[in-house]
Amino acid sequence: MSAGSARDLLEIARGVAAMAGPGEQVEAYVLRSSETDVKVFDGAVESLAVAEVDGVGVRLLLDQRQGYAWAGSLDPDVVAETVAEARDNAGFGSRDESLGLPDRADVDAVIAPELDLWREALLAVSAGEKVALALEVEAATRAADARVRGVESASYGDGAVEVAVASSLGIEATTRRTMCSVASFAMAGEGDETQTGYGFSVGRTFADLDVAAAARDAAERSTRLLGARQPASRRLPVILDPLVTRSLLGLLGAALSGEAVLKGRSMFVGRDGEEVAATNVTLVDDPTLVEAYGAATHDGEGVPTRRVDLILDGRLQGFLHNVYTARRSGARTTGSAVRGFKSTPAVGARALHLRPGPKSPDAILAAVPEALYVQSVSGLHSGTDPVSGDFSVGAEGLMVRDGELAEPVREITIASTLQRMLLDVVEVGNDLTWLPGGSAGVTLLLSDMTMSGV
Amino acid sequence: MIEESVLSRTLHRALARGGDFAEVFAEDRRSSSATFDDGKVEELRSGRERGAGVRVVRGETTGYAHTADLSESGLGEAAEAAAAAASSGAPGATIVPLTRRAARAPHDVKVLPEGVEKARKVDLLTRADEAARAEGDAVRQVTASYADGRRRILVANSDGLLTEDDQVRTRFMVSCVAVGDTGMQTGMEAPGYTVGFEYFDEHAPEDIAQIAAARALSKLNARPAPSGKVPVVLKRGAGGVLFHEACGHGLEADLVGRDASVFRGRVGERVASPLVTLVDDGGLAREWGAYAIDDEGAPAQRNVLIKDGVLTDYMWDLVRGRKQGRASTGNGRRETYQHLPMVRMTNTFLETGEDDPEDIIRQTPYGLYCVALGGGQVNTATGDFVFGITEAYMIEDGQITEPVRAAQLIGNGPETLLGVDAVGRDFDTWAGTCGKDGQGVPVSSGQPTLRIRELTVGGTAA
Repeated sequence: MSAGSARDLLEIARGVAAMAGPGEQVEAYVLRSSETDVKVFDGAVESLAVAEVDGVGVRLLLDQRQGYAWAGSLDPDVVAETVAEARDNAGFGSRDESLGLPDRADVDAVIAPELDLWREALLAVSAGEKVALALEVEAATRAADARVRGVESASYGDGAVEVAVASSLGIEATTRRTMCSVASFAMAGEGDETQTGYGFSVGRTFADLDVAAAARDAAERSTRLLGARQPASRRLPVILDPLVTRSLLGLLGAALSGEAVLKGRSMFVGRDGEEVAATNVTLVDDPTLVEAYGAATHDGEGVPTRRVDLILDGRLQGFLHNVYTARRSGARTTGSAVRGFKSTPAVGARALHLRPGPKSPDAILAAVPEALYVQSVSGLHSGTDPVSGDFSVGAEGLMVRDGELAEPVREITIASTLQRMLLDVVEVGNDLTWLPGGSAGVTLLLSDMTMSGV
Repeated sequence: MIEESVLSRTLHRALARGGDFAEVFAEDRRSSSATFDDGKVEELRSGRERGAGVRVVRGETTGYAHTADLSESGLGEAAEAAAAAASSGAPGATIVPLTRRAARAPHDVKVLPEGVEKARKVDLLTRADEAARAEGDAVRQVTASYADGRRRILVANSDGLLTEDDQVRTRFMVSCVAVGDTGMQTGMEAPGYTVGFEYFDEHAPEDIAQIAAARALSKLNARPAPSGKVPVVLKRGAGGVLFHEACGHGLEADLVGRDASVFRGRVGERVASPLVTLVDDGGLAREWGAYAIDDEGAPAQRNVLIKDGVLTDYMWDLVRGRKQGRASTGNGRRETYQHLPMVRMTNTFLETGEDDPEDIIRQTPYGLYCVALGGGQVNTATGDFVFGITEAYMIEDGQITEPVRAAQLIGNGPETLLGVDAVGRDFDTWAGTCGKDGQGVPVSSGQPTLRIRELTVGGTAA
C-alpha cells in the first residue's frame, strides 16, 4: 500500500476538466485503491493477493447531451483517449434539459463535514501480520466450540481508497478512506448434519479488529442451528437480527432513491408526505456520521454530503438525489451520488439507519410469547421486488418461545410486502450497529409475516 | 499483447524466490453499453481495461499481484510482489520453455460489435421501447439496454503453456413496469450470448421487449403465491438456475476440498433421480458462459457431472487438479486480471428426457408452473438453496390457471435432485451472472421442462 494523498489524483482530474471544448462540460472522477486479501484454510495460507487499481471516468456534456467513457489506467495517453471517446459518445445521447454537472449553487448549499476516515497506521501493517490475523481467527473459531468441525473460509481484507473529482465548472473534491475486516465462516456438526455461521469484525485500522468477537459469533451462529428442522407453515411475529435488518434497509434505500422514483421503479412513487410506516420508524441517511463505514465528506459528483431524513415518525419526507434526479424532480441534490469510475453517478444511501428504540434485544425477546428469530436470509435480490414491494426470502434461525430462544429452524421462507413490513414494525432495538455497506443494523420486531415450511 | 521473451523472463522472476508454479494472465477488455429509459437515450458508455496478474503457487499457498502496466518492468514488479506473497526461500520449479497452443473458439464471431456504428446500437433501443409500449397502456415504464464486450486474454505459465483467446459477448435487456388496480408489477427479459452483433439477426429487440412487457402485464392480475410444499413444474430454460444452485456449486472442487459441500466423497453414488443427467460445457457454442480456453489456459470441455442420477465427477481448476494429480476440466475462471481464478461453472444444463412437456402439466393435478426466474443462492455446506420466481402460474387439475405474485422457492439440493419425476424433450437456456467470493462471471444454465415432486414455496396465501 502506498502512502496516500489524493493531490496527484486531483491534478489528473483538473487536467481532464481543462480539456473541455467550447460549450462542453467535462467532469473527471479519478480513483486509486489498494487492497490486500488473505484467505487461510486449515492452518495454512491459501492465498495472499495484493491489488492496486487506478481508473478514470469521464463525463462529457455538449448541447444537453451526455457521453461517458472510462479506463482502468491513469496513463496520460489513455486518459486523453478516454476524453475523446466520451466526446464521441455524447453525440448519441438524447437531449435532456435536466442533464448537467453540479454548479456552485449545488455545492455551496451546505458545508462539507470534516471527517477523518484515513488511518495511516493501516498502511504500515505488514503482510505477515495480516496473514497471522487470518490464521488467528480461523484457530479461534475452531477453539470456540468443540462442535465446530471446520472453517469453510477465514479471511482478512483491507482497502485504502482515494478519489478526486474535478469539473470544468470549477467543482473540486477529494476523499479518502481506509477500512479493514476479518471474517470467519464456521461449519458445525458431525455426520449428516452441517450448519454454518458467519462472524466478522470491521474497522478503519488494524487495531480496531476484534478477532475474538468474529470467531465467537461464527461459532455461536453455526452451533445454535444444530438440530434445525423445517417447521410447519404459519403466520407469526418475526424478530430480525441486526444483520438481516441491514439487508432490509438496503432494499428500502434503493426504493428511496430519486432515480428509482423518477423511473417509476419504486413502491414509494407518489407517496411523498404519506404515512408509510409505523410511528416508531424514523429512517435517516447520514454520511456525516464518522462512525458509519459509508461516511464521506463529498459524494460521487463532488457535492458535500449531509443528513437526509427519509421517514420521520412513519411519514415519508422525500428521496435521495444526485444533481440530475434533483433537477428532473424540481428538488436539490442531497449529495447522494454514488459511483465507481466505470459508471455515471447513480443515487444511493451511504449511512442509512433507523432511529434506535428504547428496548434492548433481550427485552424485546422477553416480551414475545411466540416468534421467529431470523438469523440470516438468502435470495434477497431474487425474492424481493422494490416496485411491487413483494418480499419473500429464504431464512434460518430459531423459534422464540415464552421470551426465550428455543429450537432452531431451517429451510423456511418468510414473506410479506415491504409496505406491510414497514407498518408492522413493533419495536426497534437500542442496538444500532454500524456495518460495512450503506446501512446499519438494529434488532427489529415485526408483528406478522408468513413463514413457509412443511 | 506481450512478447514471448518478456513472458519467459517474467515467469523466471516470479519463481526466483521459490515456488512450484508461476503464471502470467494478461487481459485487454473493451466494452460499450447504452441505456434507454423514459423515452431517452441516457448516454452511450465505453470502457477499456488492460492489465496482467502474476500468480506464484508454492505448496498450499498462492501469491498474487497484478498491474495495469504491461511493460517488462511493470510485469516484473508484479512477479516480485506475487513471489514475495508466496515466499519460501527454497529453490523454485524449473520453467518449461513456452510453446504456443492454439485454442479453438466455440463460435466464429461474424460481426465485431466494436466495428458497428454507434447509431445502429442506439437505434435498437428505440425499437424496443416502442414495441414494449405497444403491448398496452398499462406499460408505464420501459428501460432497454444494449451491452457488448470484447475480452482478449493471454495465459503463459511455467509448464510451458502459451495460449490466447478472444471472447466477444452481446446482450440486450428490456425491463418494464406495468401499473394496474392492484399496484405495480415488473417484467424483464435479458438474453445474452457469446456472439457478435449478429446476435440481432436472431433476436429482434421487439421480441425481447414483448416478452418483458407481457410478463409485467400478466402479473397485474396475479394472486398471492401459495405457502408451503407444492409440486413444481419448471418451464424449459427457466429452471436451469435451480440446478446451478441446487447442485452445481456443490460440485466445484474447491468447495468439495474444503469439506464445504454435501456432495463430498459421493462420486459413484446415486445422488439424483435416474432422469437426471447434468452437464457443464464451456465449449457450448454461442452460450453466455462459452469460451475457447478458461482463465488458466485450459481448453473448454464437456464435463458430465451426473449421469443417469449417479455422480460422475466434480469441476476442477488447475490448482485443485494439481493437488489430486489430475488435469483441469476447463473450469478455472476469474472476473478480471485483478482476481485470482477459482472453480466456476460455465454453461450448466440438464439433458433432455422423453416426456411431452404438455403432458407433464396435464399430469400435475395441483402445483406451480414457473416460467421465469430471478436468480438464486445456495449454502453448499448444508445444500439449502433458494431461487426467486418472477413469472409463475398455478396448475389446477392439469391446467395452467392464474398467475401468482413473485415469491421465493426453497429446497435442499440432494433432496431436490432425487425429487425430479418427469423430464421433457424440449430445451432452452438462460443467461446470468454467477457470483462467488465477490467475483461475477457470465454463465448460462438450461433444462427441459421438468417436474419436481415438491419444493417449499414462500408465498403469503394459506
